[in-house]
Amino acid sequence: MNTLADTWSWLTTATHWSGPDGVWHRLGEHLFLTGVCLLISCLIALPVALVLGHLGRGGALAVNLSNIGRAVPTFAVLVLLLLTPIGTYGQWPTIIALVLFAVPPLLTNAYVGMREVDRDVVRAARGMGMTGRQMLLGVELPLALPLVLTGVRIAAVQLVATATLAALAGGGGLGRIITAGFNLASTPQVVAGAILVAVFALLVESLFEAGQRLVPRRGREAA
Amino acid sequence: MTAPPDDCLARNEWICGAYLSTRREILVDAVIQHLQLTAAAVAIALVLAVPLALAARRWRWAAGPVLGLTTILYTIPSLAMFSLLLPVYGLSAALVVAGLVLYSLTLLVRNILAGLRAVPEETRQAARGMGYGPLRLLLAVELPLALPAAMAGLRIATVSAVSLVTVGAIVGHGGLGNLIYSGMNTYFKAQVLTASVLCVIIAVAADLLLLGAGRLLTPWTRRRA
Repeated sequence: MNTLADTWSWLTTATHWSGPDGVWHRLGEHLFLTGVCLLISCLIALPVALVLGHLGRGGALAVNLSNIGRAVPTFAVLVLLLLTPIGTYGQWPTIIALVLFAVPPLLTNAYVGMREVDRDVVRAARGMGMTGRQMLLGVELPLALPLVLTGVRIAAVQLVATATLAALAGGGGLGRIITAGFNLASTPQVVAGAILVAVFALLVESLFEAGQRLVPRRGREAA
Repeated sequence: MTAPPDDCLARNEWICGAYLSTRREILVDAVIQHLQLTAAAVAIALVLAVPLALAARRWRWAAGPVLGLTTILYTIPSLAMFSLLLPVYGLSAALVVAGLVLYSLTLLVRNILAGLRAVPEETRQAARGMGYGPLRLLLAVELPLALPAAMAGLRIATVSAVSLVTVGAIVGHGGLGNLIYSGMNTYFKAQVLTASVLCVIIAVAADLLLLGAGRLLTPWTRRRA
């Protein structure tokens, strides 16, 4: 259990937390990368999924896209983008690869959520003379919200996890502590980095879970 | 002085026939390593997942911890997972396999459990009425009926494992990931593209293979559909 003690002393050394290679800086990069990618993928996936779900079309697209997304290694996409002309523009290869990775679960969950809204409720809304837009935003979206948010949660956690791969391609983020540890042949640093990333991922997961618990309750109060 | 050869390798093009013919052995080795790592990981995960799922269904108190623990394992990033296991396994292929096993567990346990829970109570009672003991009930009735759901989980686990093996490149045991990693460092476009495409082909082929196997093993599901 020598590694454990060494890891602990690595984590408790103040100099490892400060500076441009320190934990705080890497955590900031990680958070920024995850946040930007989550925002972009939501902006791309959610409108498409909500409209397709409202129209009841494109189910096969949503499901197949999700399956294909699993088969394509993110690491490969990252490196491929890095070697194209896009690779010269800083963070863009990482962001594009991560967005491509986060869109499928968002799309699938939002689409399924929209389709699982009770058809009678939708018909009642139409009978009341609601327009398509009113139905989509006022009826279907609130009812589909739990599943839509599940998709966002899955995407967010996967983004946190996958953003570590950026370090393999020379990007920033917490993964950098691990890859730097490998280069220094320092097992304590590698394990310390891994623990940090794992804790961060679990923290995001539980934050989203707590947030999600608040949403349906609010929905019920409003109803 | 001989002039440097003017082929697609020298020009560093994305698609390059000369690469395929000159590096065939490297590619074949990488594909074999990739397949071995994936197969070993999924097989071990399956062997572990079945008893875990059975225990989770048999004892109510076991379900929470089993599902919770495997889900937590699934949340840990792959790069971190391989690194966390580093002190235990060192820089070895076993490290990559162990990491992938922990990943596949969540998907497999969840799906097998869902399949077992979906077996109708009447079916179970009918089998018991016909004199089936607990073991025979499990092997001849419950597991076959849970097979479609289990196969769905196995397909997802396998496809994910194929793509996650590439991350094993960080410890030098990543199958095709090794080629992608070294291709990145040397800016070798043909190698990166070829290895990436091979990864996807392996994933799709494995998925179709399991789909076919699932259909052969559960002929009764086809008639219903």
